[in-house]
Amino acid sequence: MPIISIRDLVVEYGGRRILNGLNLDIEHGETMVLLGASGSGKSTLLRQIIGLERPLAGSVSVKGTDIVRCSPAELKRVRRSIGVAFQSAALFNSLTVEDNVALPLREHTSLAPSIIEMVVWIKLAAVGLADFGKLYPPELSGGMRKRAAVARATALDPEILVFDEPSAGLDPIVAAELDEVILVLKRAFQMTVIVVTHELPSAFRIADRIAMLYQGSFLAVGTKDEIRSSQHPRIRQFLDRAPDKSEHVRFIQAHMEKYLRSEEVSR
Amino acid sequence: MATLIESAGRRTLRDLDYAGGLSIQWWASIKALGASLPFIGNRYRWKSSVQQMLQIGVNAAPMVGLMAMCTGFILAMQGASELRRFGALHYVIDLVSIGFTRELGPLLTAIAVSGRSGSAFSAEIGTMMVTEEIDAIRVMAFEPVEFVLAPKYLAALVTVPCLSILANLCGILAGGIFMFFAAHLALGLYARDVMNTIQIRDVISGLVKSVAFATIIVHVGCLEGFRVHGGPDAVGRSTTAAVVRSTFLVIVADVVFTTIFYFTGLH
Repeated sequence: MPIISIRDLVVEYGGRRILNGLNLDIEHGETMVLLGASGSGKSTLLRQIIGLERPLAGSVSVKGTDIVRCSPAELKRVRRSIGVAFQSAALFNSLTVEDNVALPLREHTSLAPSIIEMVVWIKLAAVGLADFGKLYPPELSGGMRKRAAVARATALDPEILVFDEPSAGLDPIVAAELDEVILVLKRAFQMTVIVVTHELPSAFRIADRIAMLYQGSFLAVGTKDEIRSSQHPRIRQFLDRAPDKSEHVRFIQAHMEKYLRSEEVSR
Repeated sequence: MATLIESAGRRTLRDLDYAGGLSIQWWASIKALGASLPFIGNRYRWKSSVQQMLQIGVNAAPMVGLMAMCTGFILAMQGASELRRFGALHYVIDLVSIGFTRELGPLLTAIAVSGRSGSAFSAEIGTMMVTEEIDAIRVMAFEPVEFVLAPKYLAALVTVPCLSILANLCGILAGGIFMFFAAHLALGLYARDVMNTIQIRDVISGLVKSVAFATIIVHVGCLEGFRVHGGPDAVGRSTTAAVVRSTFLVIVADVVFTTIFYFTGLH
């Protein structure tokens, strides 16, 4: 039985269809990368998986519970088994890094403060931030903030770990380091990992399977090799980083060429 | 004509939606208030409430006190200039003491707290919306109303009536200083006359008003924050809306309460 099962998921914002009847199964312990261009609907799909929004139709089952139709209490129970590292890190700026990581432990467990302190240290050490716990989030670099967000997401040892654009805004070295952190955490804690990204190197480094989204529908769901060898024109365009030859782009190109020609004539 | 009716209809629906949002949020906060109480609630929420009490109450006390003293002087001087003509300067004591306990103390406090704290609530929550912190709260299986709003509400319910009492004392003291210089009335005699003038129901009606004003300020400020969508400009707009709407609603509520107290003979 898959740990996450999405059936006929339809999402609309203001009458505009964003997700168009998606079906997807994510198995226990696998790393599923939701890959797609900007505006393809991958972040919307992620928000559905973590129960932040309700769809127009369809279902999202997490560990056998339909989180679209379940009670608020059941949704809370399901959410305790999901850790989320947001694109903006979403750390609480009024709390130190340590307190950010300790927050879910203090609220959801009855552990003694000394034990919580130890768990926080372990979580921070796992992402290489053991010496930075006393700092406040604004005092950290972008990459460190994201790692701190990962430490907080793993605080309750969730079965499912979700990353929204982990590499966004990071330089290639820091992004690669974060990929390593994801791989190490997955190996260490045997978690199911879901990553939303449009970064190809990152996606092919960490994925077991990739679901390729385009305009709210899956173009393909498969292993890294299956996606890499796909001959679907849109997938090839994305993987080969080929520019879109749409009417809009052609118009801009024609306009620019005309402008350059007129500049040459005037010279 | 059709456009005018459409526009009026749209405006009415928007206002009903706003009133509905405020009512739902108020009920949710009432249910969550217990978690912010000392001894029986969550100690982290109580700690947060105490911090809010310092920000809303203690830090605002000098400003509220000064505003009340200035208004007390103005009221006493304006009243004296007319009452003196009828040889009724003594009634300045009634004017200032009843005027402050029933009306001006709670109203001045509400306007000060609305401008100072209502805008701060909206900016804080709006920024948390933009930086995904509210989403993080929800996926960590916390209730944003319990986590963010309830401590602010509890703090306002305690501090706004206290600030109103402070405003009453400062305003009445200003009246006493005026009477000392204008009519050579000793402060001790002034205090005795004030005590004879004010009835317990005047104080209670003022406190009832200040509890209602605290509710309006907190809920409007927080609702504006929770409704932020977009970037930093949306936070700015919500901050302005929080102050304008809460001040307007405070005055409307004041009219309603004064009318009720007048016709039920409580004034």
